[in-house]
Amino acid sequence: MSIIDQLAAIESAALASLHDITTIDALTAWKSDYLGKTGLIAKLSRELGALAAADRPAAGQRFNAVRASLDGAFAEREATVNAAAQGHAFASEALDVTLPGRPLTVGRLHPSTRVLRMITNIFAEMGFQVWESPEVETDTLNFELLNIPADHPARDMWDTFYIETPPGAEKVLLRTHTSPGQIHAMRAHAPNPVRVILPGKCFRYEQVSTRHEMMFHQVEGIAVGTNITFSDLKGTLIGFAERLYGSGIKTRFRPSYFPFTEPSVELDVECILCSGTGCRICKHSGWLEVSGAGMVHPDVLRNGGYDPAIYSGFAFGMGPERITMLRHGIDDIRWFFSGDERFLQQFI
Amino acid sequence: MRIPLSWLRDYVDVTLPIDELAERLTRSGLEVDSIERYGIEGAELPWDRDLIVVCNIREVTQHPNADRLVLAEVEFAPGQFHTVVTGAPNIQQWKGLGPITTPLRAVYAKEGSVLYDGHVEGRVKVTLKGKPVRGVMSDAMLCSEKELGMSDEHEGILLLPDDAPIGVPLVDYLGDAVIDIDVLPNMARTLSIVGMAREIAALTGQTIRLPKPMVKTAGAAVEQSIKVTIEATSLCPRFTATMVRNVTIKPSPFWMQRRLTMAGQRPINNIVDISNYVMLELGTPNHTFDADQVAQHHIVVRTAKPGETLKTLDGRTHSLAIDHLLVCDTTQALSVAGVMGGESSEVSPTTTNVLVEAAVWEPTIIRRMSSTFKLRSEASKRFERGVDAEMLDLAQRRLTELLQTYADGTVAPGMLDVRTTPALAVSMTLTTHEVRRILGLDFTVDQIAALLAPLAFTCTTVDAHTLLVGVPSYRMDVSHTADLCEEVARMYGYDNLPSTVMADELPTQRTNLALEREHYVRDVLAAAGLNEAITYSLTSRTAAAKLNPAELESSEYLHLANPLSPEREYMRRDILPTLLEAAAVNIRERGMTRLFEVGHVYHRRSDAILPTEPLRVAIVIAGKRNTTAWNAASSDSIDFYDIKGIVELLCERLQLSGITVSASDFTHLQPGRSASLRLTIGKDSFVVGSFGELHPEARDRFDIPAMRVAVAELDLEILLAHAAVPRYTSISRYPAASQDLAFIAPVAITAQAIEASIRKYAGNALSSIELFDVYAGANLGEGMRSLAFRITLRSTERTLTDAEVTKLRAKIIRGVEHENGAKIRA
Ligand SMILES: [Zn+2]
Repeated sequence: MSIIDQLAAIESAALASLHDITTIDALTAWKSDYLGKTGLIAKLSRELGALAAADRPAAGQRFNAVRASLDGAFAEREATVNAAAQGHAFASEALDVTLPGRPLTVGRLHPSTRVLRMITNIFAEMGFQVWESPEVETDTLNFELLNIPADHPARDMWDTFYIETPPGAEKVLLRTHTSPGQIHAMRAHAPNPVRVILPGKCFRYEQVSTRHEMMFHQVEGIAVGTNITFSDLKGTLIGFAERLYGSGIKTRFRPSYFPFTEPSVELDVECILCSGTGCRICKHSGWLEVSGAGMVHPDVLRNGGYDPAIYSGFAFGMGPERITMLRHGIDDIRWFFSGDERFLQQFI
Repeated sequence: MRIPLSWLRDYVDVTLPIDELAERLTRSGLEVDSIERYGIEGAELPWDRDLIVVCNIREVTQHPNADRLVLAEVEFAPGQFHTVVTGAPNIQQWKGLGPITTPLRAVYAKEGSVLYDGHVEGRVKVTLKGKPVRGVMSDAMLCSEKELGMSDEHEGILLLPDDAPIGVPLVDYLGDAVIDIDVLPNMARTLSIVGMAREIAALTGQTIRLPKPMVKTAGAAVEQSIKVTIEATSLCPRFTATMVRNVTIKPSPFWMQRRLTMAGQRPINNIVDISNYVMLELGTPNHTFDADQVAQHHIVVRTAKPGETLKTLDGRTHSLAIDHLLVCDTTQALSVAGVMGGESSEVSPTTTNVLVEAAVWEPTIIRRMSSTFKLRSEASKRFERGVDAEMLDLAQRRLTELLQTYADGTVAPGMLDVRTTPALAVSMTLTTHEVRRILGLDFTVDQIAALLAPLAFTCTTVDAHTLLVGVPSYRMDVSHTADLCEEVARMYGYDNLPSTVMADELPTQRTNLALEREHYVRDVLAAAGLNEAITYSLTSRTAAAKLNPAELESSEYLHLANPLSPEREYMRRDILPTLLEAAAVNIRERGMTRLFEVGHVYHRRSDAILPTEPLRVAIVIAGKRNTTAWNAASSDSIDFYDIKGIVELLCERLQLSGITVSASDFTHLQPGRSASLRLTIGKDSFVVGSFGELHPEARDRFDIPAMRVAVAELDLEILLAHAAVPRYTSISRYPAASQDLAFIAPVAITAQAIEASIRKYAGNALSSIELFDVYAGANLGEGMRSLAFRITLRSTERTLTDAEVTKLRAKIIRGVEHENGAKIRA
């Protein structure tokens, strides 16, 4: 058999065996068997020297062609084998994508904190700054300076927890509203203009029920200056309601009474649960109370250090728990201070 | 205040449909709570005009086949008759007596009427259908109040007064509505039918019609029969008395009883009912005495004498204090002024002569007395809000007129009238400038006057910008120009006011770092996996003693004078007790908890009546570190190092420097797993909190199952005050050299101490330090452990040479060994 015939036999045997190869190891062995330094083709090529000089170039070319052909076939087979191997690897790592994801331990803020922040952010944009005042107050600050003397019928509006004090000492109480903060804020700023909101805990001597708590939060706001009117109060509160409930919410500005404001007003918004048609939550009125407010009473302005003939101002108050209950459809206020994580983890 | 519409209509024309009227009132500061309708359109049970009418019962005969039933011969329209089967007990007395002389008036319902079923609980509608009852056809009925939806009364049929018109639809005769209004303290003038009528007249452009009592007098004049002496002049601005002789005590007329019932007052007898009726009608509480029980017919208004008592109708004897105001005779107290009547002079079935008191009392004393005696009545409610002294004349005439008509009394001429305070006409100046300044409305004096006039303010124009406004006597709520501004706005309509943006200068804006940081702390702790709780500031010493038994006897707590319950009797001094109570519920419920709370605690001060209110943060964690989900990383339980990790995170996020942790022996923490956090600022050093694992005994007291519960409570105020803004440190471009060093040292040598030595000797080249292994084994010897640190050394200026690193490493080892008695582990 001539060397060329032998070469052709090697080529066809190589191609035939390559076709059956499925593993990387066998591929490596094949390569070394046929194309390696001591492989069949290399061995045969050593016999080229025995050919006549004239035949050598053609035979050399033939050798190169066979090598190129086998290299190409190898690369093709190698790609096929690799793809198959990767396919196997992927198949063995396939997951049930419907199983739950790995949970992160993430905590949550109390829903009242969230709503308090919403409220303070809205007012911050109107130039109100947050101010804080004590939760334990004197009767003077909680009532007297707010135009609610002892034995005034309006005292019925606030059932009060008193702190035991020595006989003869001034009465001390748990503030029933954030309104004493009005006096603190005015006294800290007078005669300069003031524009602050005062969030905080308040307390009422009240049996706890689904709708009433002995402890709750309130947000008080006060603005005093030389050019502040009742119409400004309306604009401010309606602006707030629109930010909170969406522009286009129907509002009702209704006369009311607080001893420390005159004129006084209650801002209602159309019930967000029944769209004003009447339901249990709005006591079938179609309206929900959002805020009690009014122009700071002249006597209270004076107690805060402002001359009521020159200065005017407004004040308002609202309850974040009530806003939270409406926002999330909570039907029992007692969950708020339970610390029960089944409740706390329902909010974002 | 419950306002029956029919009563209101006596004094003002109601021109709006009820719902519109209610909305108008609500928008004018008189919030309508509810509207109840009786029989009229819109009522739960409308009375059909054609089927339910007033009738006559002419004769009552025995039912032929049933002992308990009777047959009533009824005239349901003039000349039209029908027989009705009924078992009503209140007409049995006429059975078999032949035609009744004055036929009884009743309510007749024809077949097809819709009524409430009188025989079942609650209100169930039924349609009346004809059917034979024991052989007699029954296709109509005589109705009880319950069947008509007027009340729950079903003892007998409703009998109407003799003048009830036969054949007239019942809805025209008795149909009514009651508007229930929440009257705020400044609206005391509307605590009466006439007061409400006045307000409605002003709001709807109508005119008020005041009652015009017709009184015939006879006999001796009041002045000759009664004497009145006011000793407590400052507490009784005006006192009036009249006398009605030879009264007959009997039930009051049907219409009066009906109106009182609808207004929420229970009818008693004619004298009591007339007194209540006039109070509700005119807003003037009054009192009737049995005149013959008033010693010497001499009324004395004075404060109580020491030791004096008063016996009331219910038989109870009340002791009186010397600042209590009494109406007395010359021998004893007859009543507590404006609050409650005494037994001795109360009108009784044997009373013949009635002395009628109508007075005005100083409001605050009424309020004090009514709260002392726990007697908040319709009378005291009006007196403490202010009663118009100028209304007493009309009230006395109305009272005597009704006593004359419905108690058959003879009215004595005249009225005793003692005024200690002259009537004062109040007037105020109101300028257009003030209206603009307070309301933001540009009104002329004429516009303002036109708004105020319907409310009976008298407006006199002083100049183009000024009005002199006269205030009606019943407007005791108006004392400032701000009150007038409110009336201007109210009459203009709050809804018509413009909504404006404040044009005033913006006050100086200030930072509030403490608050911003407080919010930041909440965010950090939530990000660390904790849920924010807010627990009660009110607690008990028993709850505090669960954490630390010594608290049970502590006198450091603020104590409520009027607690609602023993569980909420003291102001908390720490957050952990209430937070642990909440945590216990969570642990029992779900085997784990992750809670934090940021809030104030309350600490008594010896030198001030108000406490300090330090801000604290408290944390409670327990249970598995990770969730028990199928793919969770580990299911180990939380321990000391978890709470320490959170405390460290917080200190790091607040960029606190000078923080150290040391082993401590807090009683609420398990010994050996109890640590204190200390903050050192210059030469000052404070303990700012505690953390560790809850002592098993404390855990048991909170009723938490056996498990590790890690807790912390820190003084947030101090931490926030020393928080800092992070300072950027430049990031080195040069490679780092890591060195692992393990030291063997006695267990008593803290990791903190060794780490401090490493920092000291590594100097500026130290980039980071991490404790990556703690090992204690027999091979190390008793009481010894190995602490392995990975130390990263790096220069910001160049690459450290091997020689430098080796030298530094040797220096660190020498330093640590020397300072701590440690040995490098080979
Ligand atoms: Zn609703």
